Amino acid sequence: MSSWLLQGVALPAADGAAPLVDIRIVDGVVAELGTSLGPGDAAVFDGAGLIALPGLVDLHTHLREPGREDAETVETGTRAAALGGFTAVHAMANTDPVADTAGVVEQVWRLGRDAGHCDVHPVGAVTLGLNGVALAELGAMADSAARVRVFSDDGRCVSDAGLMRRALDYVKAFDGVIAQHAQEPTLTEGAQMHEGIVSARLGLQGWPAAAEESIIARDCLLAAHTGSRLHVCHVSTAGSVELLRWAKSKGWRVTAEVTPHHLVLTDELAESYDPLYKVNPPLRTSADVEALRDGLADGTIDAVATDHAPHALEDKESEWGCAAFGMLGLETALSIVVEAMVETGRMSWYDVADRMSVRPAAIGRLVDQGLRPAVGVPANITMVDPGVHWTVDPGQLASRSRNTPYAGRTLPARVVATFLRGRATVLDGKLA
Amino acid sequence: MKRHLLSAADLTRDDALLVLDTAAELGRVADRTIKKLPTLRGRTVVNLFYEDSTRTRLSFEVAAKRLSADVVTFSAKGSSVSKGESLKDTALTLEAMGADAVVCRHHASGAPHRLANWIQGSVVNAGDGTHEHPTQALLDAYTMRQRMGRLEGLRVTIIGDILHSRVARSNVLLLNTLGADVTLVAPPTLLPVGIEAWPAQTSYDTDSVLPKSDVVMMLRVQRERMGAAFFPSAREYSRRYGLDADRMAMLPDDAIVMHPGPMNRGMEIAAEVADSVRSTIVDQVANGVSVRMAVLYLLLGGSEAAFGTHEVEAGA
Repeated sequence: MSSWLLQGVALPAADGAAPLVDIRIVDGVVAELGTSLGPGDAAVFDGAGLIALPGLVDLHTHLREPGREDAETVETGTRAAALGGFTAVHAMANTDPVADTAGVVEQVWRLGRDAGHCDVHPVGAVTLGLNGVALAELGAMADSAARVRVFSDDGRCVSDAGLMRRALDYVKAFDGVIAQHAQEPTLTEGAQMHEGIVSARLGLQGWPAAAEESIIARDCLLAAHTGSRLHVCHVSTAGSVELLRWAKSKGWRVTAEVTPHHLVLTDELAESYDPLYKVNPPLRTSADVEALRDGLADGTIDAVATDHAPHALEDKESEWGCAAFGMLGLETALSIVVEAMVETGRMSWYDVADRMSVRPAAIGRLVDQGLRPAVGVPANITMVDPGVHWTVDPGQLASRSRNTPYAGRTLPARVVATFLRGRATVLDGKLA
Repeated sequence: MKRHLLSAADLTRDDALLVLDTAAELGRVADRTIKKLPTLRGRTVVNLFYEDSTRTRLSFEVAAKRLSADVVTFSAKGSSVSKGESLKDTALTLEAMGADAVVCRHHASGAPHRLANWIQGSVVNAGDGTHEHPTQALLDAYTMRQRMGRLEGLRVTIIGDILHSRVARSNVLLLNTLGADVTLVAPPTLLPVGIEAWPAQTSYDTDSVLPKSDVVMMLRVQRERMGAAFFPSAREYSRRYGLDADRMAMLPDDAIVMHPGPMNRGMEIAAEVADSVRSTIVDQVANGVSVRMAVLYLLLGGSEAAFGTHEVEAGA
């Protein structure tokens, strides 16, 4: 289908209004915005009651391929992404083999292109094999067909301060960014959950907030010293938000993301000892959740990123201590953000577009993503029905894994359609 | 009572007193020539032990056998567990074999909670990781009541590695339910973050607490903690937190000294203290059998019909 006419959709504006417009898409680009546009030979999409957002961009996705195709593949993960309203995802580097060479990142990038459900931008490992010792060939990955700009050892922290400083310096040559998983390893050996009242009661080894905050403080200083770009992955504590606010007030080039689950779930869920709630960084307290919501609303936290982490059933159906860290996120992210931020009056739909599309695309230096619908921009558009509620059924998810923490939970808002450069990847809430 | 005993918090005050009273009745069996009751005849109790604990395993085994249950012991070593079978598959296997109760000891906190999702029968937590050990707390409470005549208002001091202690966690919960006042004493490194929410006082100073203690419970200090910088040396730990004869002399005259075992003599407890008349360490072992009989009895048979002496007589 080379042209579409999206009729009568609400386009959220900065002033809080959401005027109804028709959007004409021709050859993958927004050709015309207006009212009462004639369809011509375009396919008509009835957008009554729907909100149009720029296609969502995820900075933090685990697609598990290559290596753990039993948990997720690029094909299944990007189907989940499209259904969740995403037109681009950043595939994390902790695959097997690790995405630490131009060869691996190009493979993942090609798998994404061939699947065609959304753009896949591989994240390159900062260090060889994620070992935290020697830099990977960051320049080769940047120059490859995958054009990597985001580098991360996610799952592991680049804890060596000297190495982190070198990495920050080095990526300035190609406008890269180091996305840090902030976790001081000597404070979190064997850690299982947030260290606090609940961990004390449950006898599970604690993951102190200070282990995250101390790395963030250090890295902000290094970003200032090097003049380079730091992105802080999945911020989870109130103290981290304060540190980021301070770093931004200095004008340092620091950005940050928060996951949907850290906006709604707390450490008390560990009471069940059900490893569905085991995630890294861990679920924190309700005071942290409040601070994260504040930080996201005022822009201290730039982006929502899913940290979509599929795991095979047997890796979650076990004792808490033996289970893998992580939870699914792509297909529920938008609904969780609506529940936590829009329904609570903290953010408008315009802000949702900013935190889930515009800013993450800018952080990843994606030139054709994160653009609000306007004449001449690539037609990456997500159509959302804000009025419906749906109940999460793990069996109905497109992801190959089932480890959602929201099974049975009724959530607001649903993605009805996703357009990737003018091509529908999702229609009527199903893969097109 | 609930179907499972996973945490000391599962017990209401009435439940806990029922266990202690039932244990007192059942304990009389030990004084007989034939130490056996027919109460759980035809029922199967599985001891599922992922961690070595001869003391606890034998105690549950003797308890179940005295109630005439069929007892199967399934220990991690030499079983399919060492071949990598998951806890869930083991649970389904036990379920298929018709286990009425599974007594579970596990190195992972919460493993018995997980097991309870997959098993129809009752699950008894026999110690899980650094979480809880509710039957130990019950036998401790039983021993305190036996020696001191009461639990309400009793001043109980627990000294040692509180951070990693399942015994401490269960004791704090149960003793609070039963009206005792608990004080926890440890070096700051061995008190968990979040302990302020526990129904107990805390102190770093052994000497200031001892004169105000009716019961002192010493916890074992694991050798591996010494390598992890929780305290500088065994000698320093022993000097500041060990119970020797001089410190024992600071206790009120009728105070007792407890230890869940196994002891490190000369480390947290001096030999002359462990062997003194104040020591209840041997009583604790004997009472462990009675309390575990009561728990198995109440979970498997007697939860509605309150236990009476009648049945004991019938079985005699």
